[in-house]
Amino acid sequence: MNWTDEGIVLGARRHGEASAILELMTREHGRHLGLVRGGAGTRLAPLLQPGNTVRATWRARLDEHLGNFTVEALDLRAGSFFSAAHAVYGVTYLAALCRLLPERDPHAQVFAALSHVIARLDVVLTAAPIIVRFELNMLRELGFGLDLATCAVTGARADLAYVSPKSGRAVGLVAGEPWRARLLRLPAFLRADAEDGAVSTTDVIDGFALTGFFVSRHVLEPRSLVMPVARERFIAIVAGAAADVA
Amino acid sequence: MSTAIAGPEIERLIQLLARLPGLGPRSARRAALHLIKRREQLLVPLASAMQTAIEKITVCRTCGNIDTQNPCTICADPRRDPSVIVVVADVGDLWALERARVINARYHVLGGTLSPLDGVGPQDLAIEALVTRAHASDVGEVIIALNATVDGQTTAYYITDLIADAGVKVTRLAHGVPVGGELDYLDEGTLSAAIRQRTPF
Repeated sequence: MNWTDEGIVLGARRHGEASAILELMTREHGRHLGLVRGGAGTRLAPLLQPGNTVRATWRARLDEHLGNFTVEALDLRAGSFFSAAHAVYGVTYLAALCRLLPERDPHAQVFAALSHVIARLDVVLTAAPIIVRFELNMLRELGFGLDLATCAVTGARADLAYVSPKSGRAVGLVAGEPWRARLLRLPAFLRADAEDGAVSTTDVIDGFALTGFFVSRHVLEPRSLVMPVARERFIAIVAGAAADVA
Repeated sequence: MSTAIAGPEIERLIQLLARLPGLGPRSARRAALHLIKRREQLLVPLASAMQTAIEKITVCRTCGNIDTQNPCTICADPRRDPSVIVVVADVGDLWALERARVINARYHVLGGTLSPLDGVGPQDLAIEALVTRAHASDVGEVIIALNATVDGQTTAYYITDLIADAGVKVTRLAHGVPVGGELDYLDEGTLSAAIRQRTPF
């Protein structure tokens, strides 16, 4: 067994004195683990930080083995995240989200989305809506996609303003008005007909509330997991950055 | 078929030694043989030292350091600057800083760093105790000396957020070119940090 693929580092755990078990989100092979000999050493440890992109070659005698990775640096961004709290929290949270995917199950779309968001982590108000979209994408990949294209009550495609916490389907402004206290707000940038452009902080916070609700209910709670603290801190920074701008 | 070459007591000693860092089964076998051959000079004093360590070593209730007294030698030392707390992830990091003799301050050992991969959350670390210490009136600076890894820096920012209202100066270790480091072999992150944190000659 032998393949070479591009991968984004999700994490590395020390194994023995000098090696590390590396967890990658690869383009064609999904979330994949493997042993990196010398991975705990000073030469390789900087490469194995979350957020870095590497070219990895995986070798094993049998497919079900853990196997060995040899890695070569492609884009080492992790060090640049250290100067900004939101970037460190962001990459920690994104890695935790990707870890929810089953191992060795190809998710090319997740890899592409992860590359996109990591490359834009340096500006918090740019990264925030992309992370919300990434969460929506992850829900879909995990089989809990939300239907934000049509109103669950009327079938209309226009004026969608809410999401039902029960069905995960969009609800129109008029149809949802009587139950607005019990519905989640659907921010404009998540609607199917959303146009590219600046996203307000209120919309971003509402987006996080929406995705956070479904990620917790469908993905974390059944696995007895809690929402990573990095997400909460990231959202606090988004709110703070918006206050500074205002 | 493998046959035992020594009694179960010796095999047990070898197995336990093999679990120490840096020792495999072969080197553990050599170490065991060495200890047995120098029974009076090494094995007996080692066993006695280990027994004493088991009985006397405790975790300092103030900083989380390990010592044979509580509070530990560092916390009890009146010559240490009580206004500075150096936050480290592990006792090994504390020892490393003490070896370097670069700061005469007190420490706080977290017991690790936040790590979603290893399932380590804030409740698993001594963060609450640090927040309480940072709010004490005699503390003026908290130096966060955590690893230059994403986990280390996530923990550093998390702690900084929690002690933001304590009215103390919060600093962290600089990142940059290590002694003996050649620029050509450094990763981009280290180089960019070194350029950002450059100092005047």
